[in-house]
Amino acid sequence: MVLPLRILLDKVAGKSVLCLSVLIGSLLFLIVGGLYFKSLPILESHSFWDLISKSIWKPGKEQFGFLPYILSTVYITIISLTIAVPLCILCSVYLSEYASKRVKSFVTSLVDILAGIPSVIFGIWGIIMIVPFISDTLAPAFGQEDTTGYSILAGGLVLAIMVFPIVIHIMLEVLRTVPVELREASLSLGANKWETIKKVVLRKAAPGIIAAIVLGFSRAFGETLAVLMVVGNTALIPHSIFDAGYPLPALIANNYGEMMSIPLYDSALMFASFLLLVVILIFNVAARFFMMRVERRMS
Amino acid sequence: MQTSINEPMEKTGNASQHATLIQPLNGQSLNGVKTHISVRNLNISYGNSQILKNVSIDIPDKKITAIIGPSGCGKTTLLKTFNRLIESSDGIKIEGEVLVDGENIYGKNVEVTNMRKKMGLLSQRPMPLPMSIYDNIAYGMRIHGIRKKSILNERVTYYLKQASLWNEVKDRLHQPATKLSIGQQQRLCLARGLAVEPEIILGDEPTSALDPISSQRIEEKFVELKDQYTIVMVTHILRQARRIADYIVFMYLGEIVEHGPAHELLENPREEMTKEYVKGVIS
Repeated sequence: MVLPLRILLDKVAGKSVLCLSVLIGSLLFLIVGGLYFKSLPILESHSFWDLISKSIWKPGKEQFGFLPYILSTVYITIISLTIAVPLCILCSVYLSEYASKRVKSFVTSLVDILAGIPSVIFGIWGIIMIVPFISDTLAPAFGQEDTTGYSILAGGLVLAIMVFPIVIHIMLEVLRTVPVELREASLSLGANKWETIKKVVLRKAAPGIIAAIVLGFSRAFGETLAVLMVVGNTALIPHSIFDAGYPLPALIANNYGEMMSIPLYDSALMFASFLLLVVILIFNVAARFFMMRVERRMS
Repeated sequence: MQTSINEPMEKTGNASQHATLIQPLNGQSLNGVKTHISVRNLNISYGNSQILKNVSIDIPDKKITAIIGPSGCGKTTLLKTFNRLIESSDGIKIEGEVLVDGENIYGKNVEVTNMRKKMGLLSQRPMPLPMSIYDNIAYGMRIHGIRKKSILNERVTYYLKQASLWNEVKDRLHQPATKLSIGQQQRLCLARGLAVEPEIILGDEPTSALDPISSQRIEEKFVELKDQYTIVMVTHILRQARRIADYIVFMYLGEIVEHGPAHELLENPREEMTKEYVKGVIS
């Protein structure tokens, strides 16, 4: 029996979208697997614990201590989170709860334009504005005279500015899903606007707000170019926010393709990529778990 | 006197002055019943469309007043002007007066949170706050400064009993309120509203999302509570108005067509439009 063409097409279409979905779904495993496979040589000659806990980086002498890179990455992320999260929450609360329609649409479109700016421009802007501001004004105010301004603080600031637009955008969407009637319920009990926002709206929106932060920072974690331009790139553990740092993505981007004659160097960089990916995955899974718990408590 | 959100009224006048100004509307006196809410020449517009047109009405004290009429006739808008929730919509223009206990609530010196505290609100869909059953009831009391645990405990129990919910929730007071069935949620919202000790209960089609049994319980509750509270409810169910309302306001396209004691309006409507609505010709 010959199947009519349209039935055949239907079957083919079903199967091919399935194949494509499987392919895309397996990309993550392919990337993780590939990186792991490529970093095997260094894992065979050095223990995993040594790699992530030692701080001496002398590839010529086969000393690969990733600690400065890992700590730089973590510090920069913490700095930018500390700056960005409160600002993003307050900004989106203002736009969603207080601003008039006109102000809201104007500011929202500005924020969206910000999201489209290439990261190299943020980097340049960091060099001409943030770096001198830190070395000339901020660091001296804290009694640190000898900084160049190229520091993890500069990296954190640039990163914070880069995640603003995406995080604010998602938070606005989240706040819009909180029903008007819920706000009215709180207001009708005699709560004022701020009490309503603090105790009801933000509480209801909490899981979504966490999701917005996670999404923003999953991207920011691995953001390379802009941070690399202002962070100083020194393979030492930073001891203050005015010290230079060297985050993992910058290590990979700066060195891959160079100095490949050094044995194990290639594998060390692959290990750095693997590490970065794993950290981001753990961050995502942890955030998702946390979000689920918050959601369960709320509903 | 005209006012809008952006331009508060120049002169508010004091309560007693207003009390003497209120006269029963032409030929439609409330038969000696005390008035609790009086609306005077209320016009509400949004952009170019006028939602309420020159509405004037007296709502009797400690009775159930039902506002009926087809969808989009302005019932809910009218209800929301009573506790100034209407203001939260962007671009709304409000003209006229709403007097509660003789005081214009749109006056300049009115503290809106204190005024809202006088009115409990039940919305169409029950809206439990994102917190536990206990905290839902305690929320309003805490906002108004009650902190003492023993007082809170006592009152939470009392108001849950008032809303006939206590027996169903007494063992799980600290569970999220959203775990309750929808009918229970609406009774929780009632208890929450009563807990701030209002004088008036506003219901915006409070039974429309509920099953028949839950609806019946809310209706019974309203009848019980009308000795202590003035109840104003919007409903699109004519039979509901017939069952529980003492006084009915019929609206059509932003205007009040007719209002009067429930049996009079339902049995002998004066206006042609009301007749058709009551008979079910229009709905």
